[in-house]
Amino acid sequence: MARIIVVTSGKGGVGKTTTSASIAMGLARRGHRTAVIDFDVGLRNLDLVMGCERRVVYDFVNVINQEANLNQALIRDKREDNLFILPASQTRDKEALTKEGVGRVLDELAQSFDYVVCDSPAGIEHGATMAMYYADDAIVVTNPEVSSVRDSDRMLGILASKSRRAERGDEPIREYLLLSRYSPERVARGEMLSVDDVKDILALDLLGVIPESQSVLSASNAGVPVILDEASDAGRAYADLVGRYLGEDLPHRFLEAQKKGLLSRLFGG
Amino acid sequence: MIELKAGNFTLPVMRLLGTDLDGLGEELAAKVEAGAGFFQHAPVVIDLSSLPEDSGEVPFPLLVGLMRGHGMIPVGVRGGNPAQHEAAAAMELAVLADPRRSQSRPRTVPRSVPPAATHTGPGRLLTHPIRSGQRVYARGGDLVVMAAVSSGAEILADGHIHVYAPLRGRALAGVKGDATARIFCRDLQAELVSVAGYYRISENIGADLRGRAVQVFLEGRELRMQTL
Repeated sequence: MARIIVVTSGKGGVGKTTTSASIAMGLARRGHRTAVIDFDVGLRNLDLVMGCERRVVYDFVNVINQEANLNQALIRDKREDNLFILPASQTRDKEALTKEGVGRVLDELAQSFDYVVCDSPAGIEHGATMAMYYADDAIVVTNPEVSSVRDSDRMLGILASKSRRAERGDEPIREYLLLSRYSPERVARGEMLSVDDVKDILALDLLGVIPESQSVLSASNAGVPVILDEASDAGRAYADLVGRYLGEDLPHRFLEAQKKGLLSRLFGG
Repeated sequence: MIELKAGNFTLPVMRLLGTDLDGLGEELAAKVEAGAGFFQHAPVVIDLSSLPEDSGEVPFPLLVGLMRGHGMIPVGVRGGNPAQHEAAAAMELAVLADPRRSQSRPRTVPRSVPPAATHTGPGRLLTHPIRSGQRVYARGGDLVVMAAVSSGAEILADGHIHVYAPLRGRALAGVKGDATARIFCRDLQAELVSVAGYYRISENIGADLRGRAVQVFLEGRELRMQTL
């Protein structure tokens, strides 16, 4: 049976799709058969970030409506044999996601995969609640600013009350905090919330901190999950994070402002 | 122009034992005479809970007329069934909460079951964080929270509220009007605190109290906040 992971946040633009793509890729590269599903019906993005947008034939909604079977809709990643992408439909709206339909697709995926990563749309409406309903684990993506933290808090409340695990009274969803777009320099200047501030407010285990990095944008545009960019801070931070999710004890990196070089010190960088 | 607050009143309750209005008229006249003016312009609550099951409809229009004729001001009913509440509402009578019996509880509940009285039992205990957008109400007693209450969350209790972690949301104690209710918290960062309808918002909470262990209580008509 697969473990179902939802990547969620409440707020938009915090890095859910980037995170879904990198975590799915990271799990697959460690030998786990992994599927990643785009729940953002109508605003399909995951296929672009994964670089498979030109191979989409059928989508998630087709499978839910039984117009195609799962094998027809799953796209195998060209870089990693263990990784499959189930894209969202761009022409439908989120009402096409029914609780029964999503449950059936996830059940079927759970038979043959180790991990199913659900990339949630922003908001707390139907699409987001469908993405988290069947989850076993939740990765809550938060930026170090107050509105993002509050929205994440709201989403955590929904995870604790509206999921299948909550409704059945099972063991609650395991919740992890992922802090993205973190800039130690701006934290030092007091312009951003620090890791400790966010941990304190949300009272969650910190799975990882992804530093603000140019490489995230260029990787997205190139259709390459940033975890594959091993030269970048963000890529290495995602690799650590996948290790931590799998139970490895890795220290958090990239939390301190980098020492300024001579030039930047001279010119006040 | 207005200020909304919870108030607490003690009202005379007239317990209806039957629906025979002729007999009632005589009894009422005797009682009012004995009361020597006590019932003049007195707001009175009609208690329906002792009516026999088979007593049929309560003739509210006649009953209200009779009471007014004796100088009383009938303001509401207590107890009774939904049909009686509907008839009472048609006569502009309020349906008041019966503290001894929740309205939805079926009448077949044996009398020996202790009613959910105020301030009994250990109260409600929560050990998980209360997240933004969540609302928790401890009906009929105290609320004890062992984890953080996030900003945008709301906790309410008929009795006291205790929070043994940062309180960042709203906390309302004594929401049914109990002025003796208090709020205790270990780390006050609340958006709003309220006791029996008297409230204070974050902006009006002194900086010297923020982040401190604080109790909030009502002294007369003033909400007081004190470090512990």
